[in-house]
Amino acid sequence: MTMEADRHSRLLDAVQTAVEQFDSNPDELIPILNQVNRSFGYLPPEALEEVSKRLKMPQSRVHSVATFYQMLSTKPLGRHVIQFCESAPCHVVGGREVWQALQDELKISGGETTPDGKWSLITVSCLGVCGVGPVLIIDNEIFGNVTPQQIPDILARYN
Amino acid sequence: MAFYRSHILVSVDPQCLAKGAHDIIDSLHDELVYQGLIDEIQVLETSRLGDPASEGPDLMVYPEGVHYINLNADDIPFLVEEHFLKGRVVEKFQSTKRAVVDEELGAPKPKEMRVVLSNCGKIDPFNIEDYIAEDGYMALAKVVSEMTPEGVIDEVLQSGLRGRGGAGFPTGKKWQFARQNPGEVKYVICNADEGDPGAFMNRRVLESDPHAVVEGMTIAAYAIGATQGYIYCRAEYPLAVKTLNVAIQQAREFGFLGKNILGSDFSFDLEVRMGAGAFVCGEETALMNSIEGRRGEPRPRPPFPAVRGLWGKPSNINNVETYANVPRIVLRGAEWYSSLGTETSKGTKTFALAGDVVNTGLIEVPLGITIREVVYDVGGGIKDGKGFKAVQIGGPAGGCLPTQYLDYPIDYESLRSAGAMMGSGGLVVMDDETCMVDIARFFMDFIQDESCGKCVPCRVGTRRMLDILERICDGKGQESDIDTLEELCREVGSTSLCGLGQGAPNPVATTLKYFRDEYEAHIKEKRCPAKVCKALIEYVIKPDACTGCTVCARNCPVNAITGERRSVHHIDSDICIRCGICMQVCNFNAIEIH
Repeated sequence: MTMEADRHSRLLDAVQTAVEQFDSNPDELIPILNQVNRSFGYLPPEALEEVSKRLKMPQSRVHSVATFYQMLSTKPLGRHVIQFCESAPCHVVGGREVWQALQDELKISGGETTPDGKWSLITVSCLGVCGVGPVLIIDNEIFGNVTPQQIPDILARYN
Repeated sequence: MAFYRSHILVSVDPQCLAKGAHDIIDSLHDELVYQGLIDEIQVLETSRLGDPASEGPDLMVYPEGVHYINLNADDIPFLVEEHFLKGRVVEKFQSTKRAVVDEELGAPKPKEMRVVLSNCGKIDPFNIEDYIAEDGYMALAKVVSEMTPEGVIDEVLQSGLRGRGGAGFPTGKKWQFARQNPGEVKYVICNADEGDPGAFMNRRVLESDPHAVVEGMTIAAYAIGATQGYIYCRAEYPLAVKTLNVAIQQAREFGFLGKNILGSDFSFDLEVRMGAGAFVCGEETALMNSIEGRRGEPRPRPPFPAVRGLWGKPSNINNVETYANVPRIVLRGAEWYSSLGTETSKGTKTFALAGDVVNTGLIEVPLGITIREVVYDVGGGIKDGKGFKAVQIGGPAGGCLPTQYLDYPIDYESLRSAGAMMGSGGLVVMDDETCMVDIARFFMDFIQDESCGKCVPCRVGTRRMLDILERICDGKGQESDIDTLEELCREVGSTSLCGLGQGAPNPVATTLKYFRDEYEAHIKEKRCPAKVCKALIEYVIKPDACTGCTVCARNCPVNAITGERRSVHHIDSDICIRCGICMQVCNFNAIEIH
C-alpha cells in the first residue's frame, strides 16, 4: 500500500471509531471531532467530509464547528503540542519570560510548527491551575512553576 | 427521617480489618446503645483514613473532624463516654499529624466562612460514602420524601440564593419560571465552563466535592420537573470531568440518579458534556448551542432559556457554585442561609484571590464583607509592604476599583453601582506599581481574542478599543482618544448581543473613571506614572552612583550601554529595548527608570 493510501485508510478508521463511540449522534459532533483530532493530530478536510457523511450533516456545519473551537485544529500539528497558558495570573508570575524562552529554544513563534514536524507551539486560555503558574502542557502532561531555565530540560524529555 | 448530630467513620481498610476494625464497630454500637446515644450518633464504615500500617485501626469523628488512631475494642467505652457524653477530645488517641499542605486551599483564614468549600480536601471525591457521611444526599431524600416541587422552590426563594455565575439572578425565581413554562420535556443544565482567567473555584468544587453539584442539580430537576440534565464542563478541566463521571456512576448505583430515585416516582439522569476551548461558551445561550453540537455562539434573549432553552425546551441553567449551595439550603433551612450576608445578597461566595496579596488561593466569605477585609484580613495585605492601588473584581468583564472603595461591601448591588460586577469570583489585587492603562489593555486583548464574532459591536468595537489602548501604551495616544474610548464603551456595552460584549468595556470604563490621570499622563505627557509601559520609560544611569564596573554593559543584550572601565556609563535610549537586565545586575543601584 502506498503511504498516501495508508494514511487515508487510517483516517477513515479514526473517523469510524469516533463516530461509533458516540452512536452516530449528531449532537455529539464536538466530542467526535475532539476524538478524531486526538487520534489523528488534526482534522484534515477528508476527515471532516467523512464525519459529515456518517452523521448525515451538511459539511458546512461540520466545518463551522471545526474552525470555532480552540482545541480543534484544521492545520497539521507537530508530534508534540505545547500549550502555553497566556492568562493574566501566569503572565504576572513570569509567564512572559517562559514564553520567550520557548520561542527561542524552538526557533518558532506561537501558532507555528517546527520544520521537522516535532513541535507545535500554541497558546491556551486559563487552565485553572493558577496556584502553580506559569503553566504549560505538553501533549497531556502538565508542568507548573516553570522557569525559563527549565525549558531545555523539559523539551529534552520528548523525542 | 433520622438526623444524626455526629458520625463516626471507622476505617475498614484490609489492614485495619486484620487488626480488629470490626470489633471496634461492634463495641461502638454496644456502647452507644448502652449510653442511649444510638439515635444521635451514626457509625459508618469507610475506606482508608490514615496510614493503616502504623495507625490502624482508626476512626474519624465528624463534624469535629477528630482522627483517633491505634484503637482497641477495650478503649471504646472510655472513648464514647469522654467524647460523646462529656464532649472532651481524648488526646491520647488523637492523631496529631493530619496537616496536609494544599497550595490552593489552605486552612480558613480570618473572616472566612466555608459552606460550598466545606467538604473540599476533607472527603474523598471518588468515594460517594465519604460524601454521604457528611450528610450527603440527605437533602435529596428530604426533598423526594417530604417536599412538593413548589415547596422546594419556595425554600430556595426564601433563602435568597442568587446566581453565583455572576449576574445574580434569584435562583428560586429562575426555577419558578422553568417550572411554570409548559412542556413535556425540560432540562437542567450546570454551567461548569469556568473560563475567567485566574478563577478556579468551580474546578476545585467539581474535583473535590462533585456530589454536591449532582445532588443540587437533582433537587433542581425535581423542582422544575426535568428528567434529564447536562453538566457542561470545559475541556481544560480533564480531572473535573473524570470526578464528575465517577460521581454520576456511583450516584446511579446508590439510586440517587436514574429511575425512581430513592423509591419515589421521580426519575432523573445526568450526562457530562465537554467543550473544546471557547471562552464565550460560558455564556448560557452559547453553552446550549455547544451542547447541541454547534458553534458556541450566543442566541438573542428573549426568549430566555426558561422558555426556549436546550433543543428549544424549557431549561434551567445555573452555575456550579449555585447548585452546590442547594443541598445545604434544603438541609439547614432557608432561614439559616438568609441569616448570612446582606439584605439583598445572602449567603457566602467563593473567590480566587490572586495578584499582589500575601495569601493567594481560594477563599469563601460571607457576602457583605468589605474589600478591605478581603485584602487585608483574608489576603494578609499587600505583598512586599507595597501600597494598595486597585482590585479587579468580576473577571475580564469586571471593573477595577480604587482605594476609595476599600470599605465598600462585596454584594451584587454595591459592586454594580461602582461599575464592577460580582462575576464568577476572580479577584485580582494590584499594588501601586501597576499601570492601569496596561491592565485595561491586557483585559481588552483577552476579550478581543475571545469575542465569537457573531455581532458587530463586540467584534469590531473591542478591536477598535484594543487598537486605541495599544496606541496609548506605545506613547502614540491622541488627545481625542479618551473621548473615543468612552463612546465605544457606551456603544459596545449597550448594543452587544451577549454578556461577553456587554461587560467587555467594564475594565476600560472603570479605569477611565478612577484613573483618568494615568491615561492623560500617557497621552499628553507621554509618561507612564507606574513606569510599566516600555515605550514611555527610559533606563538612566545615575552618575553619582555608577562605579564604572562594566557589569551592565557586559550583560546588555543589545549593546546599548557604553563607557570606559571606572568611569560613568551611559545607556543609549534609541538602542535600549527596556528589558531591565541592567537594573537587575547592577550591584550599586545606579540604574533608575524615568
